Order: sequence, then C-alpha cells, then structure tokens
Amino acid sequence: MKRLLAFIQKEVWHILRDFRTLVVVFGLPVIQVLIFGFAIRNEVENVPVVFCDKSGDAVTQAVISKVLAGGNFVYAGNISREEAAVEVFRRGEAKAAVVFGSDFGKRYHGGESPQVQFLIDASDPNTATTIRNYLTGILKGFLKQKQEEKGLQNPMLMVPEVRMLYNESLSSAKLFVPGILVVILLVVSAMITSLSLTREKEIGTMEVLLASPLRPWTIILGKLAPYLLISFFNACVILALGFVVFNVPVKGSLGLLFAESLLFVLVALALGVFLSTTSRSQQEALMKSLFALLMPSILLSGFLFPIANMPLPLQALSTLMPARWFIVILRAIMLQGTGIEAFWQETLILAAMAVLLVAASIKKFKIRLEE
Amino acid sequence: MGKINVKAEGLEKNYGKVQAVRSVSFEVEEGELFGLIGPDGAGKTSIFRMLASLILPDSGTVRVAGFDPVKQYQDVRRRIGYMPGRFSLYQDLSVEENVQFFASVFGTSLSENYELVADIYRQIEPFRDRKAGALSGGMKQKLALCCALIHKPEVLLLDEPTTGVDPVSRKEFWQMLKRLKTKGISVVVSTPYMDEAGLCDRIALIQKGKILRIDAPERISESFPFGLWLLRAREMFALLTSLRKYPHAQSAYSFGEDIHFVFQKGKENPEALKEYLQGLAFKDLEIREGKPTIEDCFMAMDS
Repeated sequence: MKRLLAFIQKEVWHILRDFRTLVVVFGLPVIQVLIFGFAIRNEVENVPVVFCDKSGDAVTQAVISKVLAGGNFVYAGNISREEAAVEVFRRGEAKAAVVFGSDFGKRYHGGESPQVQFLIDASDPNTATTIRNYLTGILKGFLKQKQEEKGLQNPMLMVPEVRMLYNESLSSAKLFVPGILVVILLVVSAMITSLSLTREKEIGTMEVLLASPLRPWTIILGKLAPYLLISFFNACVILALGFVVFNVPVKGSLGLLFAESLLFVLVALALGVFLSTTSRSQQEALMKSLFALLMPSILLSGFLFPIANMPLPLQALSTLMPARWFIVILRAIMLQGTGIEAFWQETLILAAMAVLLVAASIKKFKIRLEE
Repeated sequence: MGKINVKAEGLEKNYGKVQAVRSVSFEVEEGELFGLIGPDGAGKTSIFRMLASLILPDSGTVRVAGFDPVKQYQDVRRRIGYMPGRFSLYQDLSVEENVQFFASVFGTSLSENYELVADIYRQIEPFRDRKAGALSGGMKQKLALCCALIHKPEVLLLDEPTTGVDPVSRKEFWQMLKRLKTKGISVVVSTPYMDEAGLCDRIALIQKGKILRIDAPERISESFPFGLWLLRAREMFALLTSLRKYPHAQSAYSFGEDIHFVFQKGKENPEALKEYLQGLAFKDLEIREGKPTIEDCFMAMDS
C-alpha cells in the first residue's frame, strides 16, 4: 500500500510537470466540443427560397410571409414555371422552391385540400431533409389553423401533430454533446494511460521497475488512480461547457451522472492500460488508441448512426464498444431525466468491462523485458 | 572463501540466429568486485539481464543471492540493485524525488540505509532539487548508483556504469565501488574500458558471447605469453603500416601514443626490427620494451 501511494505520487509529479500533455488533455476536449457544437449543426438558417405563385391571392401571400417569418428562409425571387426552379438551383440562387397550385386560395376557402409542391435541392440530403421538415411544418400549421377556425372534420385536412420529445427543437448540441463527451473521454483517457505506460518502456525506466519488487497490480493501479481523477475532471469540464454554452440540460440526477461518468472513465483508462501491455512504443500505443478506439467509437456507438440500421455483424461489434452503453446512459440522464432503473443493465455491462479489462491487463502485464 | 552470491552455469542466450551468450559460467563471492570486460556487443548486457531476472536464459542455471531468477524472481528482485546500461531514472523528477521514489518501491527510506549511501548521497546532495535530466553524466550515474543501493542489496549489478562519464567522475565512481566491497556487497560490473579492469578483484574477458578467461587482472597481464614492444616515430600511421608488413610480426596496433608490437613466436629480434625500420627512414624512432596491459591480453586472446 505504501508502494502504491509512492507510485501514485510519482505519477502526479509526472503529470504536473508535463505541461504540454496537460494542455492537450484539457484543451483538446474543449476545442472539440466547441467545434462540434458550433460548426456541425443540423439546423438550417437563411435558406434562399423562390416561389412560383400560380394562384396569386391573399392566401398564398399569407403562406409566403409565414415561410419567411421564421428566419429559416429568405426570399430569393419569383419564378413563373416550376421548371425554372432547376435553373435557379443550378445557379445556386436558391435551395428550395415553393410552388402553389393554380386555385390554391379557392380550394383553401372551399375547405378542400389546396395543392402545393416543394422542390428542394437535395445535393446535400441532410439539409434537404431539414428544409422539407420545416416547410411541411409551416404549411401544416397554416392549414390546421384554418381547419380549427371552420370546425371542419375534413379528412383531407387531417394533419398529424408531431412532437420531438426531449429535443423539441432538434438542437444538434443536444445530440452532439453527450456523443462528444463519450468519444473524447474514451480516447483521451485511453491515450494518456497507454502513453504513460509505454513511455516508461521507451525511456528505460520500466527496466528498473521490473527489476524491483513492484508487482504488476501496483504499477497498473498506480497508473490508473491519478488519471482517473484527471479524466473525471475532464468529464466535468465538457459537461459544464455543454450546459453553459449549448444549454444542454441535465434533467436527471447530477450525482448519478458523475457516478456513471466515473465508471466510464475507469473503463476507458483500463482500456488504455490494456492497449499498452501489447505496445512497445508510444507511437504504437497512440496508433492503437486512435484506430482501435476513435473510429469504431464514433461509427459504431450509435453516436452518429443508429445501431438498429446496421447489418447484424456490425451490431454485434457495437456491443463491444463501451461508448455505446455510456451514450444510452448519458442520453437517459441528461435528456430524459430517468433514473438508474432505466439503464442498470448498461451500467452493469460497463462495470463488467472495467473489471475484465483491469484483470486482463494485470494478467497480460509482462513481468520481464520483451525481447 | 566467502559465500557465493552469484553463480552462473552454462548460460546460453540466443536472439533468433544470433548467439548472444554462449556457455557462460562464473561465480562471484560476497564482497567481491567482479568485472565483465569486453567490447560492445560481447553479450554483457544479456548476462546482466539474465542475472536480474529480466530475461530468461535459453539454457543453463543462475543463482543470485541464493535464488533462481527464473522461478524465484520476486526473491531475487528484492535482493539486487540493478543499474541498466542506459540512464533509467525519471528525468523529470528531482534528485531527491528519484531517491525517495526508489526507496519507497523497496519499502525503505533514505534515512534507514543512510550509512550505506552517505558517501554517494553527499556528492549529489547539493543538486537535490535539480531535475535528474539536467545533471551531468557523472552525477546521473552517482544518482543511479544511489537509487540502486538504497535498499541495501546483497548483489549490485552495474551494466557499464561509467560509459560516457568524464575521467574524474569515473575515478570517483570506482572508489565508491571499492568502498562498497567492504560492506559485503557483491558487485558485478561491466565496462568497455580496459584501464578499469585493473580495479576489479577478478575479471572475465568476454568476446562474442564467450568468456575467454576469468582471473585476477594482474594475473591476466602477467600471463601475457609474448614480449611486448612499444614503438613511436613522427610518422605514426606509416609506422603502423610498415610494422604490419614486417615478416615476423604477430600483431601491431595503436595504443595511446605508442604502437604495441608483438613478434611471432621464436622470432623475437628487436635489433633486426630496428634496422628494418631505419632502412625505411622513420624520424625520431623509439623502440622500448613494455609491460603488457589487460587490453594487450585481450587483443592477444582475440587474434
């Protein structure tokens, strides 16, 4: 125990003196969160839109001003025929065209379903989908208002009311902050432990440690403990950033969130230790943490792409990703505000991963020099 | 005779096709300063690592402080002090922090064994707050020795501790080793410097993984089987070339300011050699008989 404490103290000295690594460990996550939060968004703003108003009455005018009112769209002119939209798109002057049927106003007043067409430039499918959702929403809202005024029960005018629960405005920060928290924590944590262990191999101090009576578990726990604190602090910084800058809420228990983050950080650190037992140099450890952790965690954790849509082998692979389970937990606590009863299975899986990884690392730890 | 603290028998170690250590056997007594002498790549580091339980021999047996480094490595590791060939302390920690860390690793403290390391520690103490990485080569080695001694080991394994160290520090370092002997510690030390060989109690000359000979250094130099002649002239390189061309030459090599020359067996005739060289018009030619050193013995055994 005294040896373990001495080892931990030594690690703390290393950490505090390595200013550059500290900057990377704490600076990188902050920069990443800001980039993801600000630059990568699903919301669209100021989309240029043209109108083809074949009806040309007060009703279509009302719809047009409603479309332009929200700030999502800006007026980019009128076209006489819908075919002209293609030209406008090609010249890059507009991304969407709204085409009203010739008797839009008449049908509207007569209680019939008026005809309207959206032409959207889908060369960027994600933006196109968002534009469609916005336009449909605006139009449906308009028609629904009319329906209620007249008390009509015309089935043609029936509009489903959709609410996006937990993220009403579909804000991308709410999607990204938990995802980024997970991926950054995983990679940074795994990287610092694996680098710190392989560094000892590179500079030769591992040879002296091996020739001493230190046991593998002392070395491994001595590496884990100080970095657990650092990574946990890192998690808090990212969470605070999400809350302050992007208004990502924490609806559930804050204590539970911290406890689960600590568990996840432990898994990530143990993963780093495990990687380092199979690496001889810092470079090898770095490559392994980047390729074996970063890409799979982004692609297979359900952070960006829904797991249910993946082919079965990839779904199976995704169950091995600690990030997958932690994202479920995070979304549940932060956005849904549910308690442990909703994700005790995921918690158990993470706990099992932590225990297994630490045990495997101690077992795989080489008690002699590698030849 | 004292207790045998290190015993190696028929040690073999291969790296792929390279035979790094070939049937090496030796014994080191309590309080003995034992030198492994040989050039780079002779297999010294491999021998140290096998003694320190860091690599496994392919065959042969080892006992260090009474334990087998293969099976009882934990017992061995508690009883040895090991200094690898490369400086292997934490460069970003201060002198004091390094000492403190290694003391705790061995479950002891500086004050507990202060009497043993006092000599050495006093020399590095003025730099106690300096980072180990910022020390001079000699100071680094003294610090490493201090860390290796902190737990009062029975066997001290020092792999080329004076390589890259200035001559004054080298001398001080060897004086420290001499004092350690008196505390009953067995010291195994390797060096590529032949002049340091003479400071050991016994030495093993190693070449290409094989021990050529084990004996006290003076006995090794006494047993030099030939007459040794030291030559000097203004044109040293031409002299060396001419000596090598001389029909009765056994060997000729540069050594400091002289060229060491050995005649073939039974052909020793310095007068004839002098005539031969004078015929070649060397200026300031000097020929005198010399006392063989360990290096001469090494060269003789090697050829």
